[in-house]
Amino acid sequence: MTAADANAASGTEVPDRLYRHSGLTRATHWINALSLFVLLLSGLNIFMAEPGLFIGQYADFDHPAVRIFAAHGAGGQLIGVTQIGDSQIITTGFLGVSNNATGHPVARTWPTWMTLPSYRDLATARRWHFFFAWMLVLNGAAYLAWNTYVRHIQKDLWLTAEDVKAIPQSVVDHIRLRHPTGLAATRYNVLQKLAYLAVILVLVPGMVLTGLTMSPGMDAALPVLPWVFGGRQTARTLHFLFAWGLVLFFIVHMVEMVLAGPVNELTSIITGWYRVPKSHSDHGAA
Amino acid sequence: MSDAPILSQIRTAALARRNWLKAGLASLGGLWLAGCDQLSNNATAIKVLESAEGLTRRAQRLVLSPGQLAPEFKPGDISPNFKANGSVDPQDTAYRAHVANGFADWRLSIEGLVQHPMKLSLADLKARKSRTQITRHDCVEGWSCIGQWTGAPLADLIREAGLKPEAKFLVFHCMDTMGGGGEDNRYYESIALADVFHPQTILAYEMNGAPLAVPHGAPVRLRVERHLGYKQAKYLERIEAVASLEGLHGGKGGYWPDRGYEWYAGI
Repeated sequence: MTAADANAASGTEVPDRLYRHSGLTRATHWINALSLFVLLLSGLNIFMAEPGLFIGQYADFDHPAVRIFAAHGAGGQLIGVTQIGDSQIITTGFLGVSNNATGHPVARTWPTWMTLPSYRDLATARRWHFFFAWMLVLNGAAYLAWNTYVRHIQKDLWLTAEDVKAIPQSVVDHIRLRHPTGLAATRYNVLQKLAYLAVILVLVPGMVLTGLTMSPGMDAALPVLPWVFGGRQTARTLHFLFAWGLVLFFIVHMVEMVLAGPVNELTSIITGWYRVPKSHSDHGAA
Repeated sequence: MSDAPILSQIRTAALARRNWLKAGLASLGGLWLAGCDQLSNNATAIKVLESAEGLTRRAQRLVLSPGQLAPEFKPGDISPNFKANGSVDPQDTAYRAHVANGFADWRLSIEGLVQHPMKLSLADLKARKSRTQITRHDCVEGWSCIGQWTGAPLADLIREAGLKPEAKFLVFHCMDTMGGGGEDNRYYESIALADVFHPQTILAYEMNGAPLAVPHGAPVRLRVERHLGYKQAKYLERIEAVASLEGLHGGKGGYWPDRGYEWYAGI
């Protein structure tokens, strides 16, 4: 018996519709989505100014952890290379070398569609990045403060003892693409809670803190920052990894939204109202 | 085969749908890119985006007490190869002449809104009290290098020259021309008084225990820790106290700030 069936069988009244997301949650959700999108694309443009990642306080240029670059082949053609540690992968067409607007291969860390602005421009990319970084921080602070105050995070996101016990079952349900119905659908499942908690408590704060560690002013104000993250260059590497962690979350988020019913899910994050999917036992109990 | 036309029809339809989807996605993507690129070149949009700089400056000044030091490191932390960036071998005639005679005729002028303008030789600078610090140089591009710097604290020199009350900034005029252009491409930078009187702000003439080499700004460069690399003006020849940055070059207070980078380089 799945958790969904168990809840449906317990006989609790299941509403047809549910006001799931408060106005503040909806507004902060969309501001957050826009901010992260702009931050990712402008961040990738900034990365092009030094397309390598390092570990430690200073950049050991001869030993990058990651490096994306262009090399010349025997015939003089451009070859895109992505180096991770000591191993190199040919990534022509995507990383290191990609086609420009007229279809010619050029040496470029990322393709033009992945950066903001589409052309290489560190100064403008930084302008975009820091404006939306402030937006992300103020928006995130409003979300956390309000939703802690109204106990949304404690009540709806924090794991309960039952949640922890339900982890194996939830993993099986996710693998079989089975989505909760009835009463279970009025609550977040445990993997969903873990994913949201990871974003709001680990990935986004991690982005902000590693971002601040790259600021020489902030390192003077809070020397604990470079100490915690193992140096400015390690912080930059972590900043990059957290960013891809958020991209991974976004992909799973989109897949789950489509599987769970895109119209209903989108309606709920726009209007707040979520239609509770009926379980089979609900039909029988009527 | 009898079903071949149907299969090919299905294939054609699938291909058409795929092409339509690809074209649709491409044009949506293109629209987004074109939109962002247009905003990036729109004066109002840039003004809005630039407003974040004021917020950053105020927030950092709030959390940074005036005397708060940038982290200092141990000799073992020094980068084995400290990257030289920007101008690394200026070809300006006057500068070449200084290099040729070992900076014997070079003088650093402290002028503008000061009570007692000064002209200092390298020996004059070295005769004064010095400070040695091992600090991290953070380039706006994202990399960092650690080096040891020895130089004369700027605060002492400025107290000696005596700032006039209307002075708000110090401007550092350099001897190198960026990108081979004319006077307009001469490198310069400026800092606020809060940074002028910071204990780690020095006029460095030694790097890693040796006289400052040409790629790193010989004979003297500014070290203003707590700021990015482009603030650390090299090849100094003139320090000017001013009330406003508006009349200088592009009016934004520095070679890179005139080209879209933040004047407040603490981030």
